[in-house]
Amino acid sequence: MNDASTEGSERMIGMQEVTASALLTNKVGLHARPSVKLTQLAKRFASRIEVATSAAGPWTDAKSPVKIMRVKASQGEVLHFKASGADATAAITALVDIVTRKFDEE
Amino acid sequence: MPASKNVGIVIVSHSAKVAEGAADMVRQMVGDNVPLAAAGGNAEGGLGTDVAAIMAAIDRAWSEAGVAILVDLGGAETNSEMAVEMMPEERRERIVICNAPIVEGAVMAATEASGGSPLAVVRATAEELISA
Repeated sequence: MNDASTEGSERMIGMQEVTASALLTNKVGLHARPSVKLTQLAKRFASRIEVATSAAGPWTDAKSPVKIMRVKASQGEVLHFKASGADATAAITALVDIVTRKFDEE
Repeated sequence: MPASKNVGIVIVSHSAKVAEGAADMVRQMVGDNVPLAAAGGNAEGGLGTDVAAIMAAIDRAWSEAGVAILVDLGGAETNSEMAVEMMPEERRERIVICNAPIVEGAVMAATEASGGSPLAVVRATAEELISA
């Protein structure tokens, strides 16, 4: 019993949520093509990943192309990311990076 | 080239230009790691759809993970259903026709497929466009 609870708490630590944010500086913001690139990148990670335009939410599943397309964030807005799972840190780093790189479009 | 593990996408329109244009959008927006084929127009080169051309498109986009078909108006759907019926039996259950707008559905389905999602998820993503 003790072993099980210890294992459970270790798992909780492993599942810790990672957050970060990035300013949308590309001209068109999160329009169609950047949305597709963002979801494609998010899908490479096993972690649960969510995006919001406010730290308070509402949060959107970063792996859903249809939902991300509906976020419609513009240039100058901040994208907030949160991820939980074994590769959460790598996922957040990659997502912030693609926003900073203007989705490789400019 | 090894067979793709990603679900393939077939675009069926009454117009060859619509089918090819939608396929261009998929290639430019999603990339080329999803098997993709377009079938547009009837056998005479006019507006319409052609069962044999749809079957050939399914063959070109075939993946062991299956194929999702996006269609425009009525005849495109019935001819696609006929094309599926005429495919080898072991393939039929791995071919679905999505209830989704043709252009948006093709881009969304391909985006989902490019991440390696199974056929049911690819279809659900395309159909999510009209469910919310």
